[in-house]
Amino acid sequence: MQDFRTEELAGWGRYPRCPGPVARPRHAEAVGALIGAGGVIARGNGRAYGDSAMGAAATLDLRRLNRMLSFDDQAGRLVAEAGVLLGDVIATFLPRGWFPWVTPGTKFVTLGGAIAADVHGKNHHRDGAFGTFVDWIDVMGADGEVVRASRDENSELFAWTLGGMGLTGVILRAAIRLRPVESGWIAQTTIPAQNLAEAMDAFEAADDASYSVAWIDCLASGAALGRSLVMTGEHVQADDLPPDRRTHPYRTPRKRQLSMPFDAPTAALNRFSVGAFNALYWRRGLRAPRKALVDWDSYFYPLDAILGWNRIYGRRGFVQFQCALPLNASEAGLRALLSETAVAGQGSILAVLKRFGPQQSRFSFPMAGYTLALDFPANARTLALLDRLDAIAADHGGRFYLAKDARLSAATLHRADPRAAAFRAMRRETGCDRAFASAQSERLLL
Amino acid sequence: MTDTVLVLGGRSDIGRAVAHRFAAAGHPVALAARNAPDLEADRADIAIRHDVEATLHEFDALDTDALGDFVDAFDPVPGIVVSAIGAMGDQTTSETDPAAAAQVMRINYEAPAQVLELFAARMAARGGGTLVGISSVAGDRGRAVNYVYGSAKAGFTAYLSGLRNRLWGTGVHVVTVKPGFVETRMTEGMDLPGALTARPEAVAETIFQAVARGRSVVYVKPVWRAIMIIIGAIPEPIFRRTRIGS
Repeated sequence: MQDFRTEELAGWGRYPRCPGPVARPRHAEAVGALIGAGGVIARGNGRAYGDSAMGAAATLDLRRLNRMLSFDDQAGRLVAEAGVLLGDVIATFLPRGWFPWVTPGTKFVTLGGAIAADVHGKNHHRDGAFGTFVDWIDVMGADGEVVRASRDENSELFAWTLGGMGLTGVILRAAIRLRPVESGWIAQTTIPAQNLAEAMDAFEAADDASYSVAWIDCLASGAALGRSLVMTGEHVQADDLPPDRRTHPYRTPRKRQLSMPFDAPTAALNRFSVGAFNALYWRRGLRAPRKALVDWDSYFYPLDAILGWNRIYGRRGFVQFQCALPLNASEAGLRALLSETAVAGQGSILAVLKRFGPQQSRFSFPMAGYTLALDFPANARTLALLDRLDAIAADHGGRFYLAKDARLSAATLHRADPRAAAFRAMRRETGCDRAFASAQSERLLL
Repeated sequence: MTDTVLVLGGRSDIGRAVAHRFAAAGHPVALAARNAPDLEADRADIAIRHDVEATLHEFDALDTDALGDFVDAFDPVPGIVVSAIGAMGDQTTSETDPAAAAQVMRINYEAPAQVLELFAARMAARGGGTLVGISSVAGDRGRAVNYVYGSAKAGFTAYLSGLRNRLWGTGVHVVTVKPGFVETRMTEGMDLPGALTARPEAVAETIFQAVARGRSVVYVKPVWRAIMIIIGAIPEPIFRRTRIGS
């Protein structure tokens, strides 16, 4: 076990935190020797919020498996090791006219992590989740054998691994497709919505927009419940850029990189400061021009501009609630969730609403309907609130995003998501349950 | 400036970081190591990320008789040759096993000195080039815990210094790099002081800047220059009693 060293581990939310043995293999071949002990989980760049990438017994940090292996510049297909960062893919290929088909709200995720969580982006309603553009994956199973899985070959393993949270094996390599783009710019349209019904109408009207997402003021109540700024976006073609940008369409201004040098005091975010922020942000959204030209980094990754933004929630960390609701129960479910949040006064700054398209993979999070994500500082009151939100979501046929979860109960998960039992049965049958386990999978009985 | 950069010891963490740094500036790179085909993934990664030519070359630094042919195979001679050859060895083993000690001395001194000498001759004949030798602060003063490794690095440092002086006026420049602690496979498992420990990428950046500016002797973290001046000035009777010396 000399390859393992004990380190303090946490997800992006920095809750929970606990020490555990970590190994950092340099080659895919070295991974086999590390899974023998059982109860291991692969970890990427640590952007899952909770305990998804904290091994039950040990953790494999795969960030050193970060080599790009081949690129087909006709099909836009990249073959790369699992530890390659999405940001490196963009840095390498945007200047050559390619962009990831699907990106989450941070570019600091690894490809392996993106596949394991089957992450979604602002275009899920149109293009589906990350897995849609994965052609194949190489997965190391419980026996240490590496298997190539795709829609045609080992298709069961492929289907379970997209969204399988690393619990079906260690993703070592993947072939992903990129989309051709003519520039590094996005034409953004902001649509203010005075309440939830207006916001949902705006999403339905924007069904053909490439990208859509809404910031939602989760402290607004009464008639203003669910007031939002719905933002849509389109990749800008080179000819549509202002003349001064046309010569170098992929070049965008270098952003200033800020960082959060210390933990904010735990009390910095409270109902008054969050309320004031949300009111300001809403008014600013109303005044801002409806249409704007935004560079890719600011559009997709506004929070990446502040390294370590997770520290604004203080040293105790934060938790996120994210659920997906089926379309027919979305309005009622969202109304109930927002009312509960507003009443509790535990509002969050980063509240996001998004329309989803249909589920594609076996155990992935998205379903046709709406998803709501809310951040809260981790404390007894917010944890109690999250339990109430869980119950509301489950009552409305909703399900939960494991990549964001740090504290859901097994009972709630299995009540809300019958797929979890099938997932667990598959793991038992294949022997994956002993080989691969995270703190999260133990907590949720996956 | 798009000289080809040959990295000797291309498997090492520092070697690969150096290759990436130069490739990022548009230099074609060549990685030389034993069992070179194993490095195909690294080669592809460099070529794809930086859109440059990247090649692999079989190279055994300790096969003295083969060094001439190895060097001759590069025609034209690369504009920049970086030696990341070296290995820490185990001090205790070296104290009792002369063959093991000889191996550490050869890989840290003899081998890199010999191969750089051969490249130096060809660069001088062409009238230009840059040789980079990665030595170590361990060569600045012998310490009880690693003097076999340190003495070989001391030899290599002196060799580079002499080579630089001999080549003065030929257009060939020699850079001596003295990293302190670096987070690499070589130091994995050691408890290194964070403030004094560099990442391989920082070593690569130092080397890239030193080559661009024609520097002669560079430390990776500037604090090491000061530390080694002080350590060098401590009288031996006192040094042997300190924690650093023993």
